[in-house]
Amino acid sequence: MAQETVDEPMEDAPAGAEANDADFVYEKQRLRVLPGSSDTAASFAFEREDHTLGNALRYMIMKNPEVEFCGYSIPHPSEAVMNLRIQTWDGANVNDVLRKGLDDLADLCDVVEDKFTAARDEFNATHPDRTTDKR
Amino acid sequence: MPSWAPLTAEQLAEQRRGLSEAQLQDRKIVNVNAETVTDVSATDIPGHWGQGQDDSWDLERFRQVLDIKFYQNKPHDAAFSLIGVDASIANAFRRILIAEIPTLAIEDIFVFDNTSIIQDEVLAHRLGLIPLTGGKEGLDRMSWFKKPPPKDDYAAQALYDQDDLAPSASAPNDHNTVVMSLKVECRWATTNEDGRDGKALALDGETDPSVRYVNSNVYAHQLVFEPQGDQTDWFAGDDAIRPMNPDILIAKLRPGQRINLRCHCIKGIGGDHAKFSPVATASYRLLPHINIISPILGNEAKKFQRCFPRGVIDLVPDEESGENKAIVADPMKDTVSRECLRHEEFKGKVKLGRIRDHFIWGVESTGQFESDELFLDSVRLLKAKAEKFKRHLTKVEEGG
Repeated sequence: MAQETVDEPMEDAPAGAEANDADFVYEKQRLRVLPGSSDTAASFAFEREDHTLGNALRYMIMKNPEVEFCGYSIPHPSEAVMNLRIQTWDGANVNDVLRKGLDDLADLCDVVEDKFTAARDEFNATHPDRTTDKR
Repeated sequence: MPSWAPLTAEQLAEQRRGLSEAQLQDRKIVNVNAETVTDVSATDIPGHWGQGQDDSWDLERFRQVLDIKFYQNKPHDAAFSLIGVDASIANAFRRILIAEIPTLAIEDIFVFDNTSIIQDEVLAHRLGLIPLTGGKEGLDRMSWFKKPPPKDDYAAQALYDQDDLAPSASAPNDHNTVVMSLKVECRWATTNEDGRDGKALALDGETDPSVRYVNSNVYAHQLVFEPQGDQTDWFAGDDAIRPMNPDILIAKLRPGQRINLRCHCIKGIGGDHAKFSPVATASYRLLPHINIISPILGNEAKKFQRCFPRGVIDLVPDEESGENKAIVADPMKDTVSRECLRHEEFKGKVKLGRIRDHFIWGVESTGQFESDELFLDSVRLLKAKAEKFKRHLTKVEEGG
Protein backbone atom coordinates (compact mmCIF):
# COMPACT_ATOMS: atom_id res chain seq x y z
CA MET A 1 0.00 0.00 0.00
CA ALA A 2 2.90 2.27 0.71
CA GLN A 3 3.12 4.82 -2.02
CA GLU A 4 6.46 5.00 -3.72
CA THR A 5 8.25 8.28 -3.93
CA VAL A 6 8.74 9.05 -7.58
CA ASP A 7 11.35 11.43 -8.80
CA GLU A 8 9.81 14.41 -10.51
CA PRO A 9 11.19 14.97 -13.99
CA MET A 10 13.31 18.07 -14.20
CA GLU A 11 11.72 20.90 -16.10
CA ASP A 12 13.29 23.51 -18.28
CA ALA A 13 14.31 26.59 -16.38
CA PRO A 14 11.86 29.41 -16.99
CA ALA A 15 12.97 31.94 -19.55
CA GLY A 16 15.08 34.62 -17.93
CA ALA A 17 16.49 32.32 -15.24
CA GLU A 18 19.96 32.59 -16.74
CA ALA A 19 19.78 36.32 -16.35
CA ASN A 20 19.03 35.86 -12.65
CA ASP A 21 21.97 33.47 -12.25
CA ALA A 22 24.28 36.07 -13.72
CA ASP A 23 22.82 38.51 -11.21
CA PHE A 24 23.81 36.38 -8.23
CA VAL A 25 25.65 38.59 -5.78
CA TYR A 26 27.55 38.07 -2.60
CA GLU A 27 25.42 39.16 0.34
CA LYS A 28 27.15 41.76 2.45
CA GLN A 29 27.44 40.94 6.15
CA ARG A 30 24.96 43.27 7.88
CA LEU A 31 25.19 41.94 11.44
CA ARG A 32 28.01 42.74 13.86
CA VAL A 33 28.58 42.10 17.55
CA LEU A 34 29.56 45.29 19.34
CA PRO A 35 32.68 45.30 21.54
CA GLY A 36 32.33 44.34 25.19
CA SER A 37 29.98 41.43 24.72
CA SER A 38 29.93 38.18 26.66
CA ASP A 39 28.06 34.92 26.20
CA THR A 40 25.11 36.13 28.23
CA ALA A 41 25.07 39.84 27.39
CA ALA A 42 25.72 41.31 23.98
CA SER A 43 24.80 44.17 21.69
CA PHE A 44 24.28 43.47 18.01
CA ALA A 45 24.43 46.08 15.27
CA PHE A 46 21.96 45.48 12.44
CA GLU A 47 22.97 47.52 9.40
CA ARG A 48 20.23 49.02 7.24
CA GLU A 49 17.50 48.10 9.71
CA ASP A 50 15.12 50.31 11.68
CA HIS A 51 12.08 50.12 13.96
CA THR A 52 10.42 47.67 11.55
CA LEU A 53 12.68 44.77 12.46
CA GLY A 54 13.95 46.30 15.73
CA ASN A 55 10.69 46.43 17.61
CA ALA A 56 9.28 43.19 16.18
CA LEU A 57 12.47 41.28 17.02
CA ARG A 58 12.69 42.91 20.47
CA TYR A 59 9.17 41.63 21.21
CA MET A 60 9.90 38.10 19.98
CA ILE A 61 13.09 37.92 22.06
CA MET A 62 11.36 39.28 25.15
CA LYS A 63 8.85 36.43 24.80
CA ASN A 64 11.70 34.05 25.67
CA PRO A 65 11.76 33.34 29.43
CA GLU A 66 15.54 32.92 29.32
CA VAL A 67 15.91 36.61 28.50
CA GLU A 68 16.46 39.07 31.31
CA PHE A 69 16.54 42.16 29.12
CA CYS A 70 16.09 43.00 25.46
CA GLY A 71 15.94 46.45 23.94
CA TYR A 72 16.81 48.20 20.72
CA SER A 73 17.89 51.67 19.73
CA ILE A 74 18.73 53.68 16.66
CA PRO A 75 21.74 55.67 17.89
CA HIS A 76 21.57 58.33 15.18
CA PRO A 77 18.84 59.02 12.61
CA SER A 78 21.39 59.72 9.88
CA GLU A 79 23.02 56.34 10.22
CA ALA A 80 21.08 53.32 9.01
CA VAL A 81 22.05 51.15 11.97
CA MET A 82 19.87 49.54 14.62
CA ASN A 83 21.44 48.25 17.83
CA LEU A 84 19.86 45.38 19.71
CA ARG A 85 20.88 44.59 23.28
CA ILE A 86 20.23 41.15 24.78
CA GLN A 87 20.97 40.02 28.34
CA THR A 88 20.08 36.51 29.38
CA TRP A 89 19.60 34.70 32.64
CA ASP A 90 22.53 32.51 33.61
CA GLY A 91 23.52 29.81 31.19
CA ALA A 92 21.62 30.95 28.12
CA ASN A 93 23.77 31.97 25.16
CA VAL A 94 22.84 35.29 23.51
CA ASN A 95 23.44 33.95 20.00
CA ASP A 96 21.01 31.10 20.63
CA VAL A 97 18.49 33.55 22.04
CA LEU A 98 18.82 35.81 18.98
CA ARG A 99 18.50 32.82 16.66
CA LYS A 100 15.39 31.66 18.48
CA GLY A 101 13.94 35.17 18.20
CA LEU A 102 14.54 35.22 14.45
CA ASP A 103 13.17 31.68 14.11
CA ASP A 104 10.03 32.57 16.07
CA LEU A 105 9.52 35.70 13.98
CA ALA A 106 9.78 33.67 10.76
CA ASP A 107 7.34 31.07 12.16
CA LEU A 108 4.91 33.82 13.15
CA CYS A 109 5.02 35.20 9.60
CA ASP A 110 4.22 31.76 8.19
CA VAL A 111 1.18 31.43 10.45
CA VAL A 112 -0.05 34.94 9.59
CA GLU A 113 0.38 34.21 5.88
CA ASP A 114 -1.52 30.91 6.08
CA LYS A 115 -4.36 32.31 8.15
CA PHE A 116 -4.63 35.47 6.05
CA THR A 117 -4.79 33.50 2.80
CA ALA A 118 -7.42 31.15 4.25
CA ALA A 119 -9.53 34.02 5.61
CA ARG A 120 -9.35 35.89 2.32
CA ASP A 121 -10.25 32.89 0.17
CA GLU A 122 -13.15 32.11 2.46
CA PHE A 123 -14.35 35.73 2.28
CA ASN A 124 -14.05 35.83 -1.52
CA ALA A 125 -16.05 32.61 -1.81
CA THR A 126 -18.86 33.81 0.45
CA HIS A 127 -18.95 37.45 -0.70
CA PRO A 128 -19.14 37.68 -4.51
CA ASP A 129 -19.24 41.50 -4.30
CA ARG A 130 -16.14 41.42 -2.06
CA THR A 131 -17.58 43.83 0.48
CA THR A 132 -19.71 44.13 3.62
CA ASP A 133 -21.20 47.13 5.37
CA LYS A 134 -18.72 46.68 8.21
CA ARG A 135 -15.27 48.19 8.35
CA MET B 1 16.73 30.26 34.65
CA PRO B 2 14.78 32.85 36.66
CA SER B 3 12.54 31.88 39.54
CA TRP B 4 9.45 32.63 37.45
CA ALA B 5 10.30 30.20 34.64
CA PRO B 6 7.30 28.57 32.93
CA LEU B 7 5.38 26.17 35.12
CA THR B 8 4.25 22.67 34.37
CA ALA B 9 0.67 22.23 33.22
CA GLU B 10 -0.56 21.22 36.69
CA GLN B 11 1.24 24.03 38.45
CA LEU B 12 -0.20 26.46 35.95
CA ALA B 13 -3.75 25.20 36.36
CA GLU B 14 -3.31 25.59 40.12
CA GLN B 15 -2.07 29.16 39.75
CA ARG B 16 -4.79 30.18 37.33
CA ARG B 17 -7.66 28.73 39.33
CA GLY B 18 -8.47 32.12 40.77
CA LEU B 19 -8.45 33.91 37.41
CA SER B 20 -11.69 34.10 35.48
CA GLU B 21 -11.83 34.39 31.71
CA ALA B 22 -13.20 37.92 32.17
CA GLN B 23 -10.17 38.90 34.25
CA LEU B 24 -7.85 37.58 31.57
CA GLN B 25 -9.84 39.53 28.98
CA ASP B 26 -9.51 42.69 31.10
CA ARG B 27 -5.76 42.52 30.70
CA LYS B 28 -6.21 43.13 26.97
CA ILE B 29 -7.98 46.47 27.36
CA VAL B 30 -6.44 49.90 26.94
CA ASN B 31 -8.47 52.24 29.16
CA VAL B 32 -9.61 55.48 27.58
CA ASN B 33 -10.55 57.71 30.51
CA ALA B 34 -11.91 61.25 30.53
CA GLU B 35 -8.48 62.86 30.49
CA THR B 36 -5.97 60.02 30.38
CA VAL B 37 -5.22 56.83 28.52
CA THR B 38 -3.94 54.03 30.76
CA ASP B 39 -2.66 50.46 30.42
CA VAL B 40 -1.25 51.18 27.00
CA SER B 41 1.66 48.72 27.00
CA ALA B 42 1.32 45.06 26.24
CA THR B 43 1.84 42.82 29.28
CA ASP B 44 2.24 39.45 27.59
CA ILE B 45 5.92 39.17 28.51
CA PRO B 46 7.06 36.21 30.65
CA GLY B 47 7.29 37.27 34.26
CA HIS B 48 4.98 40.26 34.06
CA TRP B 49 2.08 38.48 35.77
CA GLY B 50 4.34 36.26 37.83
CA GLN B 51 4.11 32.52 37.60
CA GLY B 52 0.35 32.56 37.12
CA GLN B 53 0.53 33.27 33.41
CA ASP B 54 2.81 31.53 30.93
CA ASP B 55 3.59 34.13 28.29
CA SER B 56 6.54 32.42 26.63
CA TRP B 57 6.31 32.10 22.84
CA ASP B 58 4.22 29.14 21.75
CA LEU B 59 3.58 28.77 18.02
CA GLU B 60 0.61 26.42 18.43
CA ARG B 61 -1.06 28.75 20.90
CA PHE B 62 -0.44 31.66 18.52
CA ARG B 63 -2.02 29.67 15.70
CA GLN B 64 -5.12 29.17 17.84
CA VAL B 65 -5.35 32.75 19.06
CA LEU B 66 -4.65 34.50 15.74
CA ASP B 67 -7.83 35.44 13.91
CA ILE B 68 -8.35 37.32 10.66
CA LYS B 69 -11.76 38.64 9.64
CA PHE B 70 -12.33 40.28 6.29
CA TYR B 71 -14.77 43.15 5.80
CA GLN B 72 -13.80 44.17 2.29
CA ASN B 73 -11.42 42.82 -0.30
CA LYS B 74 -11.27 45.05 -3.34
CA PRO B 75 -8.10 45.60 -5.40
CA HIS B 76 -7.81 49.21 -4.26
CA ASP B 77 -9.23 48.87 -0.78
CA ALA B 78 -9.01 45.98 1.66
CA ALA B 79 -10.37 46.11 5.21
CA PHE B 80 -9.85 43.34 7.73
CA SER B 81 -9.22 42.64 11.39
CA LEU B 82 -5.96 41.14 12.55
CA ILE B 83 -6.62 39.77 16.03
CA GLY B 84 -4.10 38.33 18.46
CA VAL B 85 -0.78 39.91 17.48
CA ASP B 86 1.34 42.43 19.32
CA ALA B 87 1.50 46.06 18.19
CA SER B 88 5.19 45.65 17.29
CA ILE B 89 4.33 42.95 14.75
CA ALA B 90 1.33 44.78 13.29
CA ASN B 91 3.42 47.94 13.05
CA ALA B 92 6.20 46.07 11.25
CA PHE B 93 3.70 44.95 8.58
CA ARG B 94 2.38 48.51 8.27
CA ARG B 95 5.85 50.02 7.94
CA ILE B 96 6.87 47.42 5.35
CA LEU B 97 3.70 48.11 3.34
CA ILE B 98 4.45 51.82 3.19
CA ALA B 99 8.23 51.89 2.86
CA GLU B 100 9.71 48.57 1.76
CA ILE B 101 7.59 46.84 -0.87
CA PRO B 102 9.04 47.72 -4.29
CA THR B 103 7.01 49.18 -7.13
CA LEU B 104 7.75 50.65 -10.55
CA ALA B 105 7.75 54.43 -11.01
CA ILE B 106 9.22 57.02 -13.34
CA GLU B 107 12.70 57.97 -12.12
CA ASP B 108 14.80 59.50 -14.90
CA ILE B 109 13.38 61.88 -17.49
CA PHE B 110 15.17 63.04 -20.60
CA VAL B 111 13.56 66.26 -21.78
CA PHE B 112 14.16 66.87 -25.48
CA ASP B 113 11.73 69.74 -25.73
CA ASN B 114 9.53 71.54 -23.25
CA THR B 115 8.11 74.88 -24.28
CA SER B 116 5.14 74.67 -21.91
CA ILE B 117 4.89 77.04 -18.95
CA ILE B 118 5.53 74.18 -16.51
CA GLN B 119 9.23 73.96 -15.72
CA ASP B 120 11.24 70.81 -16.49
CA GLU B 121 11.83 69.92 -12.83
CA VAL B 122 8.20 70.47 -11.83
CA LEU B 123 7.02 68.44 -14.81
CA ALA B 124 9.51 65.67 -13.92
CA HIS B 125 8.22 65.62 -10.33
CA ARG B 126 4.61 65.36 -11.50
CA LEU B 127 5.46 62.52 -13.88
CA GLY B 128 7.29 60.64 -11.13
CA LEU B 129 4.22 60.62 -8.91
CA ILE B 130 1.96 58.97 -11.51
CA PRO B 131 1.09 55.44 -10.31
CA LEU B 132 1.87 52.90 -13.02
CA THR B 133 0.44 49.44 -13.55
CA GLY B 134 1.08 46.49 -15.84
CA GLY B 135 1.57 42.72 -15.90
CA LYS B 136 2.13 41.57 -12.29
CA GLU B 137 4.43 38.70 -13.23
CA GLY B 138 6.60 40.94 -15.37
CA LEU B 139 6.80 43.52 -12.58
CA ASP B 140 7.83 40.84 -10.09
CA ARG B 141 10.61 39.73 -12.43
CA MET B 142 12.06 43.22 -12.81
CA SER B 143 15.42 43.59 -11.12
CA TRP B 144 16.97 46.60 -9.40
CA PHE B 145 18.57 49.51 -11.13
CA LYS B 146 20.86 51.79 -9.19
CA LYS B 147 22.44 54.77 -10.80
CA PRO B 148 26.07 55.27 -9.70
CA PRO B 149 26.43 58.69 -8.09
CA PRO B 150 28.41 61.48 -9.81
CA LYS B 151 32.17 61.27 -9.21
CA ASP B 152 32.29 64.65 -7.45
CA ASP B 153 29.32 64.00 -5.14
CA TYR B 154 31.17 62.60 -2.14
CA ALA B 155 28.11 62.43 0.11
CA ALA B 156 26.25 60.31 -2.44
CA GLN B 157 29.37 58.19 -3.00
CA ALA B 158 29.59 57.42 0.71
CA LEU B 159 25.96 56.26 0.77
CA TYR B 160 26.19 54.35 -2.50
CA ASP B 161 26.44 50.71 -1.62
CA GLN B 162 26.75 48.27 -4.47
CA ASP B 163 27.30 45.22 -2.33
CA ASP B 164 23.90 43.61 -2.56
CA LEU B 165 23.35 44.58 -6.17
CA ALA B 166 24.12 42.70 -9.35
CA PRO B 167 26.91 44.19 -11.50
CA SER B 168 24.32 44.76 -14.22
CA ALA B 169 22.30 47.00 -11.88
CA SER B 170 24.29 50.10 -12.73
CA ALA B 171 23.38 50.14 -16.42
CA PRO B 172 19.83 50.32 -17.77
CA ASN B 173 18.65 47.17 -19.54
CA ASP B 174 15.36 45.50 -20.40
CA HIS B 175 15.26 43.70 -17.03
CA ASN B 176 15.60 46.80 -14.87
CA THR B 177 14.27 49.75 -16.84
CA VAL B 178 10.97 50.47 -18.56
CA VAL B 179 10.89 53.22 -21.16
CA MET B 180 7.91 55.47 -21.74
CA SER B 181 7.71 58.53 -23.90
CA LEU B 182 5.50 61.59 -24.06
CA LYS B 183 5.26 63.63 -27.21
CA VAL B 184 2.52 66.24 -27.41
CA GLU B 185 2.08 69.51 -29.23
CA CYS B 186 -0.83 71.87 -28.83
CA ARG B 187 -2.38 73.61 -31.86
CA TRP B 188 -5.53 75.37 -32.97
CA ALA B 189 -8.35 73.04 -33.98
CA THR B 190 -8.85 72.92 -37.74
CA THR B 191 -11.81 71.88 -39.86
CA ASN B 192 -9.73 69.39 -41.85
CA GLU B 193 -8.30 67.48 -38.90
CA ASP B 194 -10.76 68.04 -36.07
CA GLY B 195 -14.06 68.94 -37.75
CA ARG B 196 -14.15 72.37 -36.13
CA ASP B 197 -12.38 75.66 -36.82
CA GLY B 198 -10.94 76.75 -33.50
CA LYS B 199 -9.95 80.22 -34.67
CA ALA B 200 -13.39 80.95 -36.13
CA LEU B 201 -15.02 79.66 -32.94
CA ALA B 202 -12.72 81.91 -30.91
CA LEU B 203 -13.83 84.92 -32.93
CA ASP B 204 -17.42 83.95 -32.16
CA GLY B 205 -16.60 84.15 -28.48
CA GLU B 206 -15.73 80.52 -27.68
CA THR B 207 -13.57 80.49 -24.54
CA ASP B 208 -13.26 76.77 -23.81
CA PRO B 209 -9.63 75.78 -24.52
CA SER B 210 -10.58 72.16 -25.24
CA VAL B 211 -12.83 73.40 -28.07
CA ARG B 212 -10.49 76.05 -29.45
CA TYR B 213 -7.34 73.91 -29.32
CA VAL B 214 -6.18 70.33 -29.64
CA ASN B 215 -4.00 68.87 -26.87
CA SER B 216 -4.58 71.83 -24.55
CA ASN B 217 -4.57 69.29 -21.71
CA VAL B 218 -1.88 66.62 -21.43
CA TYR B 219 -3.13 63.49 -19.67
CA ALA B 220 -1.36 60.47 -18.22
CA HIS B 221 -2.81 58.16 -20.89
CA GLN B 222 -0.72 59.99 -23.50
CA LEU B 223 2.42 58.37 -22.07
CA VAL B 224 3.48 55.70 -24.58
CA PHE B 225 5.08 52.48 -23.39
CA GLU B 226 8.11 51.48 -25.48
CA PRO B 227 8.85 47.82 -24.71
CA GLN B 228 12.52 46.82 -24.86
CA GLY B 229 13.88 43.28 -25.39
CA ASP B 230 12.14 40.74 -23.12
CA GLN B 231 9.52 43.32 -22.20
CA THR B 232 7.62 42.56 -25.43
CA ASP B 233 6.76 39.20 -23.78
CA TRP B 234 6.54 40.31 -20.14
CA PHE B 235 4.24 43.24 -20.80
CA ALA B 236 2.33 42.11 -23.91
CA GLY B 237 -1.22 43.19 -24.71
CA ASP B 238 -3.26 43.97 -21.58
CA ASP B 239 -0.11 43.65 -19.48
CA ALA B 240 1.43 46.77 -21.03
CA ILE B 241 2.92 49.27 -18.59
CA ARG B 242 0.49 52.18 -18.32
CA PRO B 243 -0.65 54.80 -15.84
CA MET B 244 -3.16 53.34 -13.38
CA ASN B 245 -5.46 56.30 -13.84
CA PRO B 246 -5.51 57.52 -17.48
CA ASP B 247 -7.08 60.87 -16.59
CA ILE B 248 -4.33 62.39 -14.45
CA LEU B 249 -3.63 65.90 -15.76
CA ILE B 250 0.10 66.35 -16.38
CA ALA B 251 0.29 69.81 -17.99
CA LYS B 252 -1.71 72.44 -19.85
CA LEU B 253 -0.56 73.74 -23.22
CA ARG B 254 -1.42 76.53 -25.64
CA PRO B 255 -0.97 76.49 -29.45
CA GLY B 256 2.70 76.11 -30.41
CA GLN B 257 3.79 74.72 -27.05
CA ARG B 258 5.40 71.31 -27.05
CA ILE B 259 6.43 68.58 -24.65
CA ASN B 260 8.75 65.86 -25.94
CA LEU B 261 10.43 63.64 -23.38
CA ARG B 262 11.43 60.10 -22.55
CA CYS B 263 11.01 58.51 -19.11
CA HIS B 264 12.98 55.67 -17.55
CA CYS B 265 10.87 53.81 -14.97
CA ILE B 266 12.69 51.71 -12.38
CA LYS B 267 11.86 49.59 -9.36
CA GLY B 268 12.27 51.37 -6.02
CA ILE B 269 10.99 51.43 -2.46
CA GLY B 270 8.83 53.93 -0.57
CA GLY B 271 11.68 54.51 1.87
CA ASP B 272 13.65 56.20 -0.94
CA HIS B 273 10.78 58.21 -2.37
CA ALA B 274 7.03 58.22 -1.65
CA LYS B 275 6.30 57.70 -5.36
CA PHE B 276 7.51 54.09 -4.97
CA SER B 277 5.11 53.35 -2.10
CA PRO B 278 2.61 50.71 -3.26
CA VAL B 279 -0.13 52.03 -0.97
CA ALA B 280 -2.02 55.30 -0.73
CA THR B 281 -2.61 54.45 2.93
CA ALA B 282 -1.94 51.42 5.07
CA SER B 283 -3.20 51.95 8.58
CA TYR B 284 -4.85 50.28 11.52
CA ARG B 285 -6.89 51.28 14.56
CA LEU B 286 -7.71 49.34 17.70
CA LEU B 287 -11.21 47.99 18.15
CA PRO B 288 -13.15 50.26 20.57
CA HIS B 289 -14.58 48.63 23.69
CA ILE B 290 -17.57 50.02 25.59
CA ASN B 291 -18.24 48.50 28.99
CA ILE B 292 -21.61 49.42 30.49
CA ILE B 293 -21.08 48.66 34.18
CA SER B 294 -24.58 49.40 35.48
CA PRO B 295 -27.78 49.59 33.40
CA ILE B 296 -28.59 52.86 31.64
CA LEU B 297 -32.36 53.15 31.27
CA GLY B 298 -35.17 55.28 29.82
CA ASN B 299 -34.39 58.86 28.82
CA GLU B 300 -30.82 58.45 30.02
CA ALA B 301 -30.41 55.56 27.60
CA LYS B 302 -31.64 57.77 24.76
CA LYS B 303 -29.16 60.46 25.71
CA PHE B 304 -26.43 57.83 26.05
CA GLN B 305 -27.17 56.56 22.57
CA ARG B 306 -26.74 60.05 21.18
CA CYS B 307 -23.24 60.29 22.70
CA PHE B 308 -22.05 57.74 20.11
CA PRO B 309 -22.08 57.53 16.31
CA ARG B 310 -25.22 55.97 14.82
CA GLY B 311 -25.38 52.19 15.20
CA VAL B 312 -23.04 51.83 18.16
CA ILE B 313 -25.68 51.75 20.91
CA ASP B 314 -29.05 49.98 20.64
CA LEU B 315 -32.08 50.47 22.90
CA VAL B 316 -33.84 47.27 23.94
CA PRO B 317 -36.86 46.83 26.27
CA ASP B 318 -35.73 45.88 29.75
CA GLU B 319 -38.04 43.44 31.55
CA GLU B 320 -37.00 44.40 35.07
CA SER B 321 -37.65 48.14 34.84
CA GLY B 322 -40.09 48.12 31.90
CA GLU B 323 -37.97 50.87 30.30
CA ASN B 324 -35.58 50.92 27.37
CA LYS B 325 -32.06 49.85 28.16
CA ALA B 326 -28.86 50.84 26.35
CA ILE B 327 -26.76 47.97 25.01
CA VAL B 328 -23.64 47.93 22.84
CA ALA B 329 -24.64 46.90 19.31
CA ASP B 330 -21.52 47.51 17.22
CA PRO B 331 -18.36 48.88 18.84
CA MET B 332 -16.60 48.92 15.46
CA LYS B 333 -18.58 51.97 14.42
CA ASP B 334 -17.43 53.89 17.51
CA THR B 335 -14.80 56.62 17.32
CA VAL B 336 -14.10 56.71 21.10
CA SER B 337 -15.04 60.39 21.24
CA ARG B 338 -15.44 60.20 25.07
CA GLU B 339 -18.59 62.34 24.82
CA CYS B 340 -20.41 60.06 27.27
CA LEU B 341 -17.74 60.71 29.92
CA ARG B 342 -18.62 64.41 29.98
CA HIS B 343 -22.10 63.83 31.41
CA GLU B 344 -22.70 63.56 35.17
CA GLU B 345 -25.48 60.97 34.83
CA PHE B 346 -23.16 58.37 33.25
CA LYS B 347 -20.41 58.74 35.88
CA GLY B 348 -19.33 55.31 37.03
CA LYS B 349 -21.79 53.58 34.71
CA VAL B 350 -19.55 53.22 31.67
CA LYS B 351 -15.90 52.53 30.89
CA LEU B 352 -14.39 53.20 27.49
CA GLY B 353 -11.38 51.46 26.06
CA ARG B 354 -9.80 49.75 23.13
CA ILE B 355 -8.73 46.12 22.69
CA ARG B 356 -4.96 46.07 22.57
CA ASP B 357 -4.53 43.14 20.19
CA HIS B 358 -7.44 43.75 17.80
CA PHE B 359 -6.18 45.71 14.79
CA ILE B 360 -8.71 46.94 12.24
CA TRP B 361 -6.73 47.39 9.04
CA GLY B 362 -7.29 49.50 5.98
CA VAL B 363 -4.96 48.90 3.05
CA GLU B 364 -5.51 51.04 -0.03
CA SER B 365 -3.31 50.12 -2.97
CA THR B 366 -2.33 52.70 -5.57
CA GLY B 367 -3.15 50.04 -8.16
CA GLN B 368 0.12 48.42 -9.20
CA PHE B 369 -0.64 45.40 -6.99
CA GLU B 370 -3.80 44.23 -5.22
CA SER B 371 -4.26 45.30 -1.61
CA ASP B 372 -4.56 41.79 -0.14
CA GLU B 373 -1.47 40.64 -2.05
CA LEU B 374 0.44 43.64 -0.73
CA PHE B 375 -0.29 42.64 2.86
CA LEU B 376 0.89 39.10 2.12
CA ASP B 377 4.03 40.57 0.56
CA SER B 378 4.70 42.54 3.74
CA VAL B 379 4.42 39.33 5.79
CA ARG B 380 6.79 37.51 3.43
CA LEU B 381 9.22 40.42 3.49
CA LEU B 382 9.39 40.42 7.30
CA LYS B 383 10.06 36.69 7.18
CA ALA B 384 12.78 37.21 4.57
CA LYS B 385 14.42 39.76 6.89
CA ALA B 386 14.44 37.24 9.74
CA GLU B 387 15.86 34.54 7.46
CA LYS B 388 18.54 36.92 6.18
CA PHE B 389 19.77 37.76 9.67
CA LYS B 390 19.76 34.08 10.62
CA ARG B 391 22.32 33.58 7.81
CA HIS B 392 24.29 36.59 9.01
CA LEU B 393 24.23 35.31 12.58
CA THR B 394 25.73 32.03 11.37
CA LYS B 395 28.54 34.08 9.80
CA VAL B 396 29.04 35.95 13.07
CA GLU B 397 29.29 32.66 14.98
CA GLU B 398 31.73 31.21 12.45
CA GLY B 399 33.85 34.33 12.58
CA GLY B 400 34.17 33.88 16.35
